[in-house]
Amino acid sequence: MSEKKTIESNVKPANGQGPGRGPGRGRRNMGPRPKIENPGKIFKRIMGYVGKKYMFQFIAVLVLIVVSVLANVQGTLFTQRLIDDYILPLMSSPTKDFTPLLNAIVKVAIFYGIGILATFGFNYIMVYINQGTLKNLRNDLFEHMEGLPIKYFDTHPHGDIMSIYTNDIDTLRQMISQSIPQLFNSAITIVSVLVSMIMLSKALTGVTILMVIVTLVVSGKLAGLSGSYFSAQQSDLGTLNGEIEEMMHGQKVVKVFNHEEENLERFNKMNEKLYNSAFSANKIANIMMPVNAQLGNLSYVICAIVGGVFTITGVTGLTIGQLVSFLTFNKSFSMPINQVSMQFNSIIMALAGAQRVFALLDEEQEVDEGYVELVSANIDEEGNITETDEHTGKWAWKHYHKATETTTYTRLEGGIVLDGVDFGYTDEKMILHDIKLYAKPGEKIAFVGATGAGKTTITNLINRFYDIQDGKIRFDGININKIKKKDLRNSLGIVLQDTHLFTGTVMENIRYGKLNASDEEVKAAARLANADGFIRRLPEGYNTMLKGDGSNLSQGQRQLLAIARAAIANPPALILDEATSSIDTHTEKLVQDGMDKLMSGRTTFVIAHRLSTVKNSDCIMVLDQGRIVERGNHDELIEQKGYYYRLYTGNA
Amino acid sequence: MSNKVNKEEKSVLKTLLAEVKEYKFVSILTPILMLGEVAMETIIPRIMGLIVDEGVRKSELSTLYILGAVMIVAALLSLFFGVAAGVFSAKASTGFSKNLRKKMYENIQTFSFSNIDKFSTAGLVTRLTTDVTNIQNSYQMVLRMCMRAPASLICAMAMSFYISPRIASIYLIAVVLLSIVLAIIVRFAMKYFKAVFEKYDDMNASVQENVSAIRVVKAYVREDYEKSKFKKAAQNIYKMFVKAETVIVFNSPVMMLTVYACILLISWIGAKHIVGGTLNVGDLSSLLAYCMNILMSLMMLSFIFVMISMSIASGERIAEVINEEADIVNPENPVMEVKDGSIVFENVSFKYNKDAEENVLKNVQLEIKSGETIGILGGTGSAKSSLVNLISRLYDVTEGRVLVGGTDVRDYDLKVLRDQVSVVLQSNVLFSGTVYDNLRWGKHDATDEECERAARLACADEFVQKMPDKYNSHIEQGGNNVSGGQKQRLCIARALVKEPKILILDDSTSAVDTGTDAKIRKAFREDIPGTTKIIIAQRVNSIMDSDKIIVMNEGKIDAFASHEELLKTNDIYREVYEEQTCGGGDFDQQ
Repeated sequence: MSEKKTIESNVKPANGQGPGRGPGRGRRNMGPRPKIENPGKIFKRIMGYVGKKYMFQFIAVLVLIVVSVLANVQGTLFTQRLIDDYILPLMSSPTKDFTPLLNAIVKVAIFYGIGILATFGFNYIMVYINQGTLKNLRNDLFEHMEGLPIKYFDTHPHGDIMSIYTNDIDTLRQMISQSIPQLFNSAITIVSVLVSMIMLSKALTGVTILMVIVTLVVSGKLAGLSGSYFSAQQSDLGTLNGEIEEMMHGQKVVKVFNHEEENLERFNKMNEKLYNSAFSANKIANIMMPVNAQLGNLSYVICAIVGGVFTITGVTGLTIGQLVSFLTFNKSFSMPINQVSMQFNSIIMALAGAQRVFALLDEEQEVDEGYVELVSANIDEEGNITETDEHTGKWAWKHYHKATETTTYTRLEGGIVLDGVDFGYTDEKMILHDIKLYAKPGEKIAFVGATGAGKTTITNLINRFYDIQDGKIRFDGININKIKKKDLRNSLGIVLQDTHLFTGTVMENIRYGKLNASDEEVKAAARLANADGFIRRLPEGYNTMLKGDGSNLSQGQRQLLAIARAAIANPPALILDEATSSIDTHTEKLVQDGMDKLMSGRTTFVIAHRLSTVKNSDCIMVLDQGRIVERGNHDELIEQKGYYYRLYTGNA
Repeated sequence: MSNKVNKEEKSVLKTLLAEVKEYKFVSILTPILMLGEVAMETIIPRIMGLIVDEGVRKSELSTLYILGAVMIVAALLSLFFGVAAGVFSAKASTGFSKNLRKKMYENIQTFSFSNIDKFSTAGLVTRLTTDVTNIQNSYQMVLRMCMRAPASLICAMAMSFYISPRIASIYLIAVVLLSIVLAIIVRFAMKYFKAVFEKYDDMNASVQENVSAIRVVKAYVREDYEKSKFKKAAQNIYKMFVKAETVIVFNSPVMMLTVYACILLISWIGAKHIVGGTLNVGDLSSLLAYCMNILMSLMMLSFIFVMISMSIASGERIAEVINEEADIVNPENPVMEVKDGSIVFENVSFKYNKDAEENVLKNVQLEIKSGETIGILGGTGSAKSSLVNLISRLYDVTEGRVLVGGTDVRDYDLKVLRDQVSVVLQSNVLFSGTVYDNLRWGKHDATDEECERAARLACADEFVQKMPDKYNSHIEQGGNNVSGGQKQRLCIARALVKEPKILILDDSTSAVDTGTDAKIRKAFREDIPGTTKIIIAQRVNSIMDSDKIIVMNEGKIDAFASHEELLKTNDIYREVYEEQTCGGGDFDQQ
């Protein structure tokens, strides 16, 4: 059986991308092979991960592998002894009694049967262990990821995060389902064969092991060489990939500037370079197999000759029969050694993948020490608040005071105060300095200023996507650090400049703001946001499927859906980041209108890009390099003839 | 595994194989060398047997030496064949993939805009990389195995039949049975795997979505909702993978069952034959060895089928790019000179897709004199860009004709036309390289002075001078290290380096602040008065001082007149103007 495995790995292309992993799983081979910090520890952790849920099954697999190897050995022994022990005696015996042979065949058939069942068994269980582990890993990754702070997503390229889910998990699949059983299988075979060999002849075992060491050294050298060529190939592939990506992206510009030939020239150079490194890498990988196999044959010849000398001279007392057996063992010894060396590459790749998977799992999650909760409330005429389980449409903050062991209720109104807020994404570089503002419930506060002044940063703070370094932010008079993040975010709506939609129907996308909303509520929200009109004109109306972040909609339409999504959530406070991109005047008006309707009656922070938003704000904050340099309503600021005036009139 | 190669796949194969080219020789050599390896593989066990029977058992040291030497020679030969085949197959497959990439890239360079529109950027990148790698891997495997597996199968079969036809017929039965079972397994597995990978892509898409929309997820506190959605998807993948892989699991037991059954049957029947005197002892051990060979070869064949069928999709995608025909090509006797910058549209209608019902541009009549400055205004979808794209023949008209310098654009040499009609596209990109490198895109032998003059015209000089290495500063891929407004100004400068007769700005100053925008237009007026300038803009400010303004509405020219006239006569224009007066209204554009 072990022979079959060799051929399987032989059949696999050199870079370990075998069949069964499917075409085109992303950027598997981009970038050079990374350094692995502590391979032993990572391996242990993978095994721990497998063992956590599948300890019993895994032990069963190991046992079954042992059974199948042993049964297999019995079978091999039988074919070896068939001639000497059964057929030759049968020929010379006068009775021609086939019973011993028949008995042996039946016995071996049973062994074989057990071996087959064991093989089937461990392969079958392995599917569940492998896929189950991968499923758990995916779930854990995703669950962990959802709990990571925004900072993680802002500081890690999204492509890298994605490749953990695709490439790295894929390499692990390969390792768990193939490399580990194979290694175990080979180890058992090696040990059992080695023991048998030592029992037959220590001297010849020495010779065999010497040859194995030679084989290992040679294949180690080759593997190292092929490894360095492979990383050269990966980096050339990465360069070419970058070039292709850049040029495909700018292909229209290439056309407009008649730049085709220059392009082709550059491309051909890179293509040639990739060919050279790919050729070298594949060459070495392809050479490895025949070299190993012939070293095995060499080992056989040497043992036969040395053994022959032994038997003829009688030095070690080795008999002919023992030598014959030894030679068969020698043959079956090189096999697993070769298999182990074939697995090197994929194990290294898997460990590198696992390292990245665990790195994500080790990222620290967002912490929440908040204890103030949002509860449904009854409010009587005198303003007394009582907690209730019913849905009253009124909400209150439930605030437990430890010192006095009392609970107070504060009505949810949406008043927001920023008091001396300092903030920077890193401690070294502060973005916002001493921001002070007071927004009464229902007020509209606009932020204006040039790109990079820190407007968008403010939106990250009120809902605690990032924590501030100094100062205080209060929501209805409560420090937001005391409020449970979940409740804080539920009471703050947000419409971002880059609208993100999800795969699903239009209906589902709007309902994202309130999961239990009825179809009617969804439509009402869409009407409020001026989205109803275009939605109705979509091929399947509200049931139109959106794919790829709503790429089948225009920027303006996506914005309208985002507004509807915020509207249905009906939060008391809102943060709006207006879009700057060129939406045509008609859609822009619709968006503006939708936003205006959404804002009415809510405390709103609006990152303003358009005049109309600013003009009717209760207060306008003019930001410059992270500081509020001017504040007041439109008329006051125009009167000041300061920075705002210059921005506004375009005479900056 | 019924070998269904339908017509379409055949032409895919033909397209791909045409690119083997200079690697044909090594491609043919590899399978032949593999045959040598197979021969040695058949011989070596025989020598091993002889070493045991003739050397060891008979204690003949001299025979042992001779046989040992023979075996080492055989091993060396085998090594030679194996290594040579390894090297040649590597050369053939990597060379093949190089040629595929080259051919695709070459063809992409001939694509017109409408060809480009058909393929997405990401799609083209995948085709050039992952798909090619898939093909390279299968090609290498096919070269190594396509002769080897059948040859080894046939050799072993022939030898078995030669030794004992009666016993060999056991193989025949086994082979047929095994082929059927393997075919069924492969068929089912393929079906399941295909389904799995589709779902798998969906799941990855949803992770992608979550990563990029994490702010929305967190803002709406939908972490748990997303988790449960993901869990469901992961569970589905799990189920389908298990289904697919449990089918594969039958592979090795079925194989083992067949092998073992054959071994036992041969042992039993063989023993009877030996005792009966119709078979030699040595023949029996050979038969047992061949048994392994035969079944191994079958296994290999089934692998080849799986591998090939998995790369068929990649092959199709590659062939699609190679076979895509550019729909705009040079005329036979092209006009090599553009006389002046005048533009005429004669009853032009246009649609992007031949099968589309409605035209994007409808019966457009237009006459622009050389050196005029023309503004174009209109809502999204009013076909402003479509109109200007026809001038440099980025698309071909559906009806009517477009004349530049008095000649139909379809009669010009494409390069000449596009050098003289310089377009600054709406979605514009800079490329990695220095500022100079980028500016020289328009004219690769432009002097430093020419580049700097163009940059000054486009008001790019002021900020380039502030960059650390000035014109030698590095621009990152996509121009990510300069602001939107700066990018637009560099793009305009790049177009100016060509010194075109016609300059088209397709919404190219939207991120440039009002003041600079005005400065650029002033420079145009004063420094390149002879150039026809067409400016598409959302802001009335950017076009109101043009000689004439085109107001586009739903693919038609609603009006074509000066600012003052339009204010009086055109409703659309007046409305937009009134909305946008005072300020210009975008604080981000400073």
